[in-house]
Amino acid sequence: MKMLINVPETVVADALRGMAAAYPDLTVDVENRVIVRGDAPVAGQVALVSGGGSGHEPLHGGFVGPGMLSAACPGEVFTSPVPDQMARAAAAVDSGAGVLFVVKNYTGDVLNFDMAAELAEDEGIQVAKVLVNDDVAVTDSLYTAGRRGTGATLFVEKIAGAAAAEGQPLERVEAIGRQVNENSRSFGVALSACTTPAKGTPTFDLPVGELELGIGIHGEPGRERRAMMTSGEIADFAVNAILEDLPPRNPVLVLVNGMGATPLLELFGFNAEVQRVLSERGVAVARTLVGNYVTSLDMAGASVTLCQVDEELLRLWDAPVKTPALRWGM
Amino acid sequence: MLDADFFRRWMAATAVSVDREAEHLTALDSPIGDADHGSNLQRGFRAVTAALEKEAPGTPGAVLTLAGRQLISTVGGASGPLYGTLLRRTGKALGDAPEVGAEQLAEALRSGVDGVMALGGAAPGDKTMIDALVPAVDALADGFAAARTAAEEGAVATIPLQARKGRASYLGARSIGHQDPGATSSALLIAALEEAAEG
Repeated sequence: MKMLINVPETVVADALRGMAAAYPDLTVDVENRVIVRGDAPVAGQVALVSGGGSGHEPLHGGFVGPGMLSAACPGEVFTSPVPDQMARAAAAVDSGAGVLFVVKNYTGDVLNFDMAAELAEDEGIQVAKVLVNDDVAVTDSLYTAGRRGTGATLFVEKIAGAAAAEGQPLERVEAIGRQVNENSRSFGVALSACTTPAKGTPTFDLPVGELELGIGIHGEPGRERRAMMTSGEIADFAVNAILEDLPPRNPVLVLVNGMGATPLLELFGFNAEVQRVLSERGVAVARTLVGNYVTSLDMAGASVTLCQVDEELLRLWDAPVKTPALRWGM
Repeated sequence: MLDADFFRRWMAATAVSVDREAEHLTALDSPIGDADHGSNLQRGFRAVTAALEKEAPGTPGAVLTLAGRQLISTVGGASGPLYGTLLRRTGKALGDAPEVGAEQLAEALRSGVDGVMALGGAAPGDKTMIDALVPAVDALADGFAAARTAAEEGAVATIPLQARKGRASYLGARSIGHQDPGATSSALLIAALEEAAEG
């Protein structure tokens, strides 16, 4: 496997150095692996901190900036960051108004953020947490660690970030984050496995002519393997799986997300099919976002996330945001 | 009696076997996880080795507490907090005694394992490190060799199980037929006790 890297051990640090050079608005602490918006802490505003394994770029570092995250902690590739990073991030961005941790539901992320919350609280920082668990492919949480957090993370970070930017208090920002999560569902498919720099070979075998349905974002196989389907068939399968779990009464935000190696030509075509299915099912679409946002290294494939929104959530979605990967209104 | 030197040898022996088995652990983690268990633990135990050399704690409890804190600060993922908690809780249970008996170690390790179960919410049979650690602690009264055998058998016994915790749980029935990497690394930790006792 050919990769544009030096050695596997330094991929995260190298990426952070490059990110720092590209985005002077951000303060990138390469040694401690914390990405902070340059004007933090912002007086009177709740700070949002998220993080997770690297390899999902632009998540989370690409979402740091006014209107979204205050700081992000990238871990090793597909490995949760450590509590020290998160506590350091919290200390860097807390203005006294408190810090909201946005945590994807993976055992490692949950445990490390819980430990970080204790460390931050020892420092006198008020901490709240929103757990993102939107993946409908994990059906029976009695026999799993619960639903994975995937594409809805973007919706939670954007909408809760907008609430924080308005100066809303911590408990309100937390409640909005939870509301977004509860109203969001995702489903993902893989057309190829991804290759982690440390392993150097694909994480699972996916023969030509087959696809994995119900994948997460860590290169793990999905729940089911089938013969390759058309874009329209995949859209039917994914959207129906979501609507079975969450029949929306309000308009939805749509995220058609690439897993890293699927070109926009395919993603836009897939989005056309997603919109067709939603229209057939009578679901109104408020806004649509298409692109690579919550990726899985070089995996080919896509995920669909729907978020049912009321007027307030839609207003917060439309609010200005200025980050490397999401930018509008300012 | 077991002194701080014994516990330093235990951590050093674990670091050596994790280095040796890193690729194997990562290979086990590949079909049911995300293929990094070996490299993550390797990073953690290298940090433990460096910290123990630098700070040279003088009691068994202090050795394990420091080791646990290093793992939490360097490993990440689920294995950092879980292994870190195992060693920290065990170290705290040993208190500040300069030497401890085998029975005290068994008791302390049991409280460490209880800490892991409380943190991760896993029980025996969930296809996790608990499936190696619980039988090992039960067998510890019969000596380190018995504990080693029990841990290794516990790790192998995870093969037919369906994972209910951690990332492998997302695969449902597809996790059956693979040995759990966490149980396998736990067996390495227990096996290292025997090596530490041999000096």
